[in-house]
Amino acid sequence: MSELKNPERELYLFRRRLALAGGVVVFAFLVLLGRFVFLQVVMQSHYATLAESNRISLVPAVPNRGVITDRNGIVLAQSYSAYTLEVTPSKVENLEETIEQLSALVEITPRDRKRFRKLLDESKNFESMPLRTRLTDEEVARFAVNRYRFPGVEVKARLFRQYPFGEVASHVIGYIGRINDDDLERIDSRDETANYKGSDYIGKVGIELSYESELHGTTGIEEVEVDAGGRAVRLVSRTPPISGNNLQLALDIELQQVAEDAFGDKRGALVALDPSTGEVLAFVSKPGYDPNLFVEGIDPQNWDALNNSPDKPLLNRPLRGTYPPGSTFKPFMALAALALGKRTAQQTINDPGFFALAGGHRFNDDKKGGHGRVDMYKSIVVSCDTYYYQLASELDIDDLAGVLKQFGFGQKSGIDIEGELTGVLPNRDWKRQRFAGKQFREEHRKWYLGDNISVGIGQGYNAYTPLQLAHAIATVATSGVSYKPHLVKSIQNTRTGNVTSIDTTPTHTIPLKPEHWETVKNALVGVNKEGTGARAFAGAAYVSAGKTGTAQVFSLRGDKYDSRHVGERFRDHALFIAYAPAEQPKIALAVLVENGGFGAQAAAPIARQVFDYFLTGKKAKTATTATTAAPANDDDESD
Amino acid sequence: MMTNPIKRLARLLARRIDGFLLGTALAISGLGLLVLYSATDASTARVSGQALNLLFALAVMWVAANIPPQHYMRWAVPLFAVGVLLLLGVAFFGTVVNGSRRWLSLGVTRIQPSEMMKIAVPLLLAWYFNRQAATIRLRDFALAVVLIVVPVALIARQPDFGTAMLIAASGFFVLYLAGLNWKIIVVVALVLVALVPVVWPHLREYQHERVLVFLDPLRDPLGRGYHIIQGTIALGSGGVLGKGWMNGTQTHLDFLPERHTDFIFAVYGEEFGLLGGIILLALYLMLIARGFVITASASTLFTRLLAGAITLMFFTYAFVNMGMVSGILPVVGVPLPLVSYGGTALVTLFLGLGMLMSIHANRKLVKT
Repeated sequence: MSELKNPERELYLFRRRLALAGGVVVFAFLVLLGRFVFLQVVMQSHYATLAESNRISLVPAVPNRGVITDRNGIVLAQSYSAYTLEVTPSKVENLEETIEQLSALVEITPRDRKRFRKLLDESKNFESMPLRTRLTDEEVARFAVNRYRFPGVEVKARLFRQYPFGEVASHVIGYIGRINDDDLERIDSRDETANYKGSDYIGKVGIELSYESELHGTTGIEEVEVDAGGRAVRLVSRTPPISGNNLQLALDIELQQVAEDAFGDKRGALVALDPSTGEVLAFVSKPGYDPNLFVEGIDPQNWDALNNSPDKPLLNRPLRGTYPPGSTFKPFMALAALALGKRTAQQTINDPGFFALAGGHRFNDDKKGGHGRVDMYKSIVVSCDTYYYQLASELDIDDLAGVLKQFGFGQKSGIDIEGELTGVLPNRDWKRQRFAGKQFREEHRKWYLGDNISVGIGQGYNAYTPLQLAHAIATVATSGVSYKPHLVKSIQNTRTGNVTSIDTTPTHTIPLKPEHWETVKNALVGVNKEGTGARAFAGAAYVSAGKTGTAQVFSLRGDKYDSRHVGERFRDHALFIAYAPAEQPKIALAVLVENGGFGAQAAAPIARQVFDYFLTGKKAKTATTATTAAPANDDDESD
Repeated sequence: MMTNPIKRLARLLARRIDGFLLGTALAISGLGLLVLYSATDASTARVSGQALNLLFALAVMWVAANIPPQHYMRWAVPLFAVGVLLLLGVAFFGTVVNGSRRWLSLGVTRIQPSEMMKIAVPLLLAWYFNRQAATIRLRDFALAVVLIVVPVALIARQPDFGTAMLIAASGFFVLYLAGLNWKIIVVVALVLVALVPVVWPHLREYQHERVLVFLDPLRDPLGRGYHIIQGTIALGSGGVLGKGWMNGTQTHLDFLPERHTDFIFAVYGEEFGLLGGIILLALYLMLIARGFVITASASTLFTRLLAGAITLMFFTYAFVNMGMVSGILPVVGVPLPLVSYGGTALVTLFLGLGMLMSIHANRKLVKT
């Protein structure tokens, strides 16, 4: 049905609908207004907080790690700032492809890739990890232009650790490395989690480990404004970090260098102490390793080379190598005999070239036919075994151990780096515990007189670290005043500049009569004047005291020698302990040359070079000629 | 002597131009340029580009204002036909941007045909109802619905759900103003609501997400929900007076996505606060009110329907955009009229204003 419409009514209806629409418009705008009021007035503080927390990010400011210097201020470990290219794997879609594309901008060697892979395996995905370190300015610029193409990849300025001397003193200084799960636990247990926010590195071994809390410093906080991409835009406020404290070692790096060079490519250890303080003047473990390799995460190739080398470059020999002391044990046996009243200096024995035990077992002397009549002085100077076989047979092992313990044998010296081994100062209890296992029978656990005999000449169950030997001879040098060996001489607070010296009060004094010390010390001087050490110290500008030693090879504890090297590696270890000048000792040391043969021949010349340098200030020759000179020296000494 | 030609030119330019409408539109556009400068981190290139767009749009408006409404009637059908053809062209040869096929490349420039349908659909419907003015029957409304559905479906396919809905709305406004029976409106509305579960499975994944994320932005705080969350944070943290021009932290630290286009109101709200929001609402309200006055005094059914639809289009855009930024409506790609960056939308809006002006200038002249 089509009816004609009334235009007036039409217009009226239209306007009514329009008015309704207008009402809807006003209503809708009022809804919007209400919403605005809700957001901008009622909830304003809530959203302002959200905007603020969006905007402000707390960024830890990593402190500069303390510098390590030697006693003369020569830098041994320092930090420097450099750019690294870092990747956060969780933010990268295709890691392989990204690395490929990055390598077009920045040189990435196969070694870098391998190192990165290793880091990847060891870390969590959301951590940012260095792919390339030490970018050149040009590389930084090239990447910066292309950064938008690489989400999850950043260039960061990082502090790096550098060890300018490389292998020299590496076992003392140690190194830092990336913080791993074990480190995190350690940090947590020390309640230092907050202070390690932003820190990527931590001391792993050596001084870097044991003085971590001094070296690390206090992390600061930067309040920065960040954009949606998390990039810092503006600094709002800053609590500056406090740099770690600087360490001055007692070590003389030049002396250390002389000592290391003196070893040539022989394996071994040397510890030189200032007997009047316990300061460690040189601490050699050969071979060493380049700590710089570890800082940014070592690549698998270098790691395998170091870890699988039969020379065990990662073993800290003075600290963790335990060796029988051989004849270097004799002066301490003599002191024990005097202390226990078993011998006087003048008392002599007859040495027919062997010692026969009641059961009939014969212990031979080095010298066929023997040394004839031997008193205490001669027993040390010529290193007479028979004298000590006999002495040992008359001593009670527990009494002996009670005296020797005071020299630090079989005790931790308490040196200020971690991982020190105790060694073995044998006695009855020790043997009982050592053979307590079900597989042993009672006769294994019993102490026999025969055990005494080999202990008496520094063999048998004896096992000491070169550090313990050095500590013991230093204690002889001071006539019984014992100091704790320490590597760090002083700690400098970088904020106040205050220097705190490490305490050098004696730990204890061994109560022996002065004449007892005199007797043994005279004999030690005799060794270098007319005895087994005489050739090595011929023509020295100072009077020194020493004792040679040659130890039958026990393998290093837990070591498995490579069969190809069996022959060489079953040669005896050469040992030498000494101090000088004899009247007013300034330096005491122990030298061990693994499989070096006779102590007089292989170890004493090294001590001579160290003493010469330390006391007369002249290097034997230049560092390079010293190494080449070493074998020639050997030939000289051989007899 | 000298003033004469200038005066004549001024008079020529001012001819058929509605001062009130132009004034409010320019005020909004001016605010828009100001916010755009901040939203683009002081990009003079963007701002001057938009200013050029504005000049061009003003020219279009002037031309449109000087074309009598009868001519629009004549163009209604061809414009609609061309529009649908272009939409078909987009469907087959269109350029894909951001995952949807909305643009048609014309060598020098790209055009977005869906944009012109915003005018073409109400124009065609106004023309159609005007033709049937004597006897508008139910089947006319049915046919009108078909005319709405064809372009809306094509645009929804692109997919551009937001524009499709806006065009459907502008078509509906014509039906409503043409006197569509309330019963039918209510029934259809109920049917549409009932259809939701039927249509839901046929919607695209991203459309599902948009609705779900609207209901719970935290569902995807770093993806789709990020827009909503950061937008409301920007608005809310602006407070009553705002953080000040160029001082919005959400804006200038990159937290706000799409801040110079669809989310420009968040920038505005952050920097100018509630006060700025009230001013903008008032300006839109003035513009819309003026549009209603023009609509009410229009002389023919065609002009009434056209003017009403154009006016309500302004309202819909403004409401949907601000509603979505402030988190009371789902995020659909609708720009803030006269403020968001973008040439095509600006030209369309000023074309609409020009048509309103033409309708107003000719309210007495054309009597059928």
